[in-house]
Amino acid sequence: MIRNLTLPWWAWILMGLCLCGFVALVVITVRRNRGMKRSLFAAPYTLWMILFTVLPVLLIAYYAFTDANGAFTLDNFRNFWDSNYESNKVILEVMGEDGAAYVTRGTVNVDTLVYSLWMAFQCTLICLILGYPAALFMADRHMKLGSTLVVLFIIPMWMNFLLRTIAWMSLLEDSGLINSFLKALGFNGVQLMYNSGAVLLGMVYNFLPFMVFPIYTVLNKMDYRLSEAAADLGCNGWQTLYKVTMPLSVPGVISGITMVFMPSVTTFFIPRVLGGGNTMMFGDLIESKFLTEGNWNVGSALSLIMMVLILISLSILRKADPNGEGGGIA
Amino acid sequence: MKKLLALVLALALLLPVCASAEEVVNVFNWEDYIDESVLEMFEQETGIKVNYMNFTTNEDMIVQIDANPGAFDLCFPSDYIIERMIANGQAAEINFDNIPNFNQVMPSLLNPAYDPDNKYSVPYMWGTVGILYNKTMIPEPEQSWHILWDEQYQNNVFMLDSIRDSMGITLKYLGYSMNTREVPELMEARDKLIEQKKSGVVKAYQVDETKDKMVAGEAALALMWSGDALYAIDLNDDLDYFVPIEGSNIWVDGMVIPATAKNKENAEKLIDFLCRPEIAQMNCDYIRYSSPNVGAIELMGEEYTENATINPSQDVIDRCEFFNDIPAAMQAVYNSLWNEVKNAK
Repeated sequence: MIRNLTLPWWAWILMGLCLCGFVALVVITVRRNRGMKRSLFAAPYTLWMILFTVLPVLLIAYYAFTDANGAFTLDNFRNFWDSNYESNKVILEVMGEDGAAYVTRGTVNVDTLVYSLWMAFQCTLICLILGYPAALFMADRHMKLGSTLVVLFIIPMWMNFLLRTIAWMSLLEDSGLINSFLKALGFNGVQLMYNSGAVLLGMVYNFLPFMVFPIYTVLNKMDYRLSEAAADLGCNGWQTLYKVTMPLSVPGVISGITMVFMPSVTTFFIPRVLGGGNTMMFGDLIESKFLTEGNWNVGSALSLIMMVLILISLSILRKADPNGEGGGIA
Repeated sequence: MKKLLALVLALALLLPVCASAEEVVNVFNWEDYIDESVLEMFEQETGIKVNYMNFTTNEDMIVQIDANPGAFDLCFPSDYIIERMIANGQAAEINFDNIPNFNQVMPSLLNPAYDPDNKYSVPYMWGTVGILYNKTMIPEPEQSWHILWDEQYQNNVFMLDSIRDSMGITLKYLGYSMNTREVPELMEARDKLIEQKKSGVVKAYQVDETKDKMVAGEAALALMWSGDALYAIDLNDDLDYFVPIEGSNIWVDGMVIPATAKNKENAEKLIDFLCRPEIAQMNCDYIRYSSPNVGAIELMGEEYTENATINPSQDVIDRCEFFNDIPAAMQAVYNSLWNEVKNAK
């Protein structure tokens, strides 16, 4: 179980190569643009990215394809498919032939992933349904309230998301604010927390701004004369919205969907706080692999699978916004 | 004048260097598990700086110690983890010459099964696992683990999100040992826990949040450690605690110096300090677990000895069982069974 961070020789070489590559990149770009050294400005960020994005991903890949002793293995991915893979081996070892009756395929990991994707899908959909009209309203030139609304949307984001989530707890609890109010009015209390509905609420609440702002930015930049022209040519308000505004806002919508879907799939902590740990999302599962079970290898394999899934969904989205007009996140 | 200024500046630059050379001790303890003013007193008395860090469960702690060798000088694992650390060579032998206050430790807790020669650990706190309940919601609770499965208490039970504890009491309820390695028994416990979850009595699986929620009257029943229970009872008179008749877990959290510790002597000084009766009393008053410190118990007097939660009677202790460490392979079975419970809908 003892895990020290001594890496195999090739990992050090890989890291060395990364650093050399970085230096080379900087030297080449500086040489090419001898006159203006603007590209040098990108150097700090590139270094940052290599240290904190590229290297960690390489480490995750390393752990995902090795066992506790550092030897190459694909068992971690078998573990994803069959969450009982390890324990079944132990059972057969301890009980011999009698153990066969106790061996079943564990579906925990796959179930949790499917559940996370389903939750993320619902969260994104709700954010879109709530966020699009909000963005439309905020971007409306005739609306004096628009800029106030923008500020109101931003202010809660000044607070850490953990605190905001815990604050929801004191609202939703059985002995919380909402239920105390209902009981004071003579109603029966309602169970608002400890279920997936509460988790979804927490996710929508936390991620809604990521949907609203990209759409708002696109709508705000849109040439309003286009909708005036549409009105001149006989479109009513709904037709303008549906034939002019909406198609023009697609890049913002794509960007918003991406920015909500990604953190939604990887959500953790919210299910534990608002869902009372009754349901696990994929992020919680990965966390428990690392922190509770101390199984970095399976944890890394699960992370890698999730990263690949996110990459696939990003590339699908990219097809819908090939020019990256909505901020180019996709 | 300029020279003087330069000298002052140079000295000012040196200061942080001196500061970094000062003595430190890196302490890794459970959340809410010390009266932090004790640490300040220790710093003032000895000049050793305490870096204080927290963990939530034993499993989290051991993972951190493995991953960061040398980062911790003193940790507070439970009995079965102490057993594992000793077996894996992760615990350093303590030099008891540096701990004169060791003579304050209750004789019954010396040379325990998890550390037979008492070379690696000093008891810090001990307690039981039981049920905290709300008297206004349940005036006369059934003194059995069955109450946690009673469907009359829909949505009214907090379980511990801690593998050994939740599996352990279920095994006890089924009449097995908490330390069983028999797969059929473990599977029966898993099925029992899934049945409990599906019947809708479980409100949440959590650890540190439970005590405050019980104080707020959020649920009728909670599986809980005796100290957390007492903390909650102190804040809300409607709460009470009992250890079910089938028996339960009795545990000791000890002070252990990891083998990789860099400041072993400072850690020993801190252990000795924490074994001082007055200091042990302060911690006991704050944490509300049972103290292993004879001197501290004397100082606390009747209020302590007459409280059944903190000072359980001998027949309760006799019904309880210590956890033994389970081998790594068996942990994989425990883990996957527990994950199936968590995943059940």
